[in-house]
Amino acid sequence: MLLADVTGQVVATAKHADLVGIPLLLVRPVAPDGRVSGPDMMAADTVGAGAGERVLVVVEGRSAGEAVRLAAAPLDAAIVGIVDRTDPV
Amino acid sequence: MNLARIVGRIVSTHKDPGLTGRKLLVLIPLDHEQREAGAPFVAVDAVGAGAAELVIFVKGREAAHAFGNDHVPTDASVVGIVDQVGGR
Repeated sequence: MLLADVTGQVVATAKHADLVGIPLLLVRPVAPDGRVSGPDMMAADTVGAGAGERVLVVVEGRSAGEAVRLAAAPLDAAIVGIVDRTDPV
Repeated sequence: MNLARIVGRIVSTHKDPGLTGRKLLVLIPLDHEQREAGAPFVAVDAVGAGAAELVIFVKGREAAHAFGNDHVPTDASVVGIVDQVGGR
């Protein structure tokens, strides 16, 4: 999973039937210290995340599908948690 | 599978029910000389790993296999705590 900051949302009226009703957010992968750690991407939101929040993004098709409770949705990334904080160890 | 070092722990109140009660760890992947070898990522702990340990992680679909039939939406899991890395 990646840590990422939500930077926006994507609205698409015409989309695959499996994606209807699932918010699609723009996220920017970051390290715990906030440095950008990878290219921007889109993820299906299953936890009600909003702009500016730090989230956990699962980046693997089957797990992303499970997150939206579909066995084989055409998805490759899903937000599965909102991060309260990251504690160093 | 590969080596990583634990550098943090995520606290997340609001998350997928399949992650409830699971420890979420921030890992930095390492090469075989234990140098940092990529961007940090988050993995679900399957073995009771904790502070600053050298661990084995698995990525991809197989990561969820670490939890048997439980629904755990993860693409990365910690599946071992390294005692020692030997030479070649």
